[in-house]
Amino acid sequence: MIGIVTFPGSNGDRDALDAVRDDIGAPARLVDHRETELAGRNGIILPGGFSYGDHLRCGAIARFAPVMGEVARFSARGGPVLGICNGFQILCEAGLLPGALLRNRTLRFHCFWTHVRMEGAATAWTEGIEPGAVLRLPVAHGAGAYFTDQETLRRLEGQGEIVARYSDPQGNISHEHNHNGSLNSIAAVASPKRTTVGLMPHPERAVAALLGGDDGRRILSAALSLVGCPA
Amino acid sequence: MAAGEDERWRVEVVVVPKPGVNDPEGASILAGLHGLGSECVAEVRAGRLFRLVVLAPDATAARSAVGEMCDRLLANPVVEVYEVRSVEAAPAPPDLAGRRQGGGEDRG
Repeated sequence: MIGIVTFPGSNGDRDALDAVRDDIGAPARLVDHRETELAGRNGIILPGGFSYGDHLRCGAIARFAPVMGEVARFSARGGPVLGICNGFQILCEAGLLPGALLRNRTLRFHCFWTHVRMEGAATAWTEGIEPGAVLRLPVAHGAGAYFTDQETLRRLEGQGEIVARYSDPQGNISHEHNHNGSLNSIAAVASPKRTTVGLMPHPERAVAALLGGDDGRRILSAALSLVGCPA
Repeated sequence: MAAGEDERWRVEVVVVPKPGVNDPEGASILAGLHGLGSECVAEVRAGRLFRLVVLAPDATAARSAVGEMCDRLLANPVVEVYEVRSVEAAPAPPDLAGRRQGGGEDRG
């Protein structure tokens, strides 16, 4: 069972549920932010949206939601956690992923399709995606500029904890395609154990041709192998 | 500690981006100021001011409590620095209980 957390202000929770359950075909259920029990979950998704109105900083208040203590314990014992967009911001605020997501360099809300080049990090959510694969996924965020201190950046680069970077359709990295101003064009990072992943684009909004693309299935289909494993 | 023994302290804390952290908002304001002819401005860093009223036995305790709040929530240590700018005795609230009962606005 994949648990998808609904915070007050989440708007990607139903999209993620529909994508994982109906398009991918893995059992999934919404988890209320007040719940404190995640037994029986094989993976947790923190969805996109504007939890708590994005007040103070994106994800700063959601981090203190009752469910987050259990998400931290789940992550600590190696449970797979995927944070999408606001979920990525929450994971950073909670200290479950390094770094922070700052305002886009344009100061505008970015809502369009992007390409990301997968970097071959063997994470729980991207296993089997070959290094250099380019996925076309939509973004929808105002604060997606990934930042971390230089020492952490060196560690991320050195230990292969960078999961994806913004690129052109051929996988080339450039300032132009780094639309939000992320350090080293980073669009997704993983925890040192590769079980917790934060991803700025929305795979759950790209699971069918009808939606404009189905590259998101490459990531969310990980749910199928996760539910086959003991929690 | 019983709240009755505490005094009210008005605490101001400023949170700004760390040196070296991109601040597109500050850069945009700087461009705006230059557009208005204020060429003398060399740098702008945009942040937030929090004005809190804290119940504490003394100013030191109030300052220390707010420092802890900054470490945990008001600032993100990855990208921001904070400074407690002032701690002053705050005036007593005007008839707070009466206003609450009447459903009036609590202006603290």
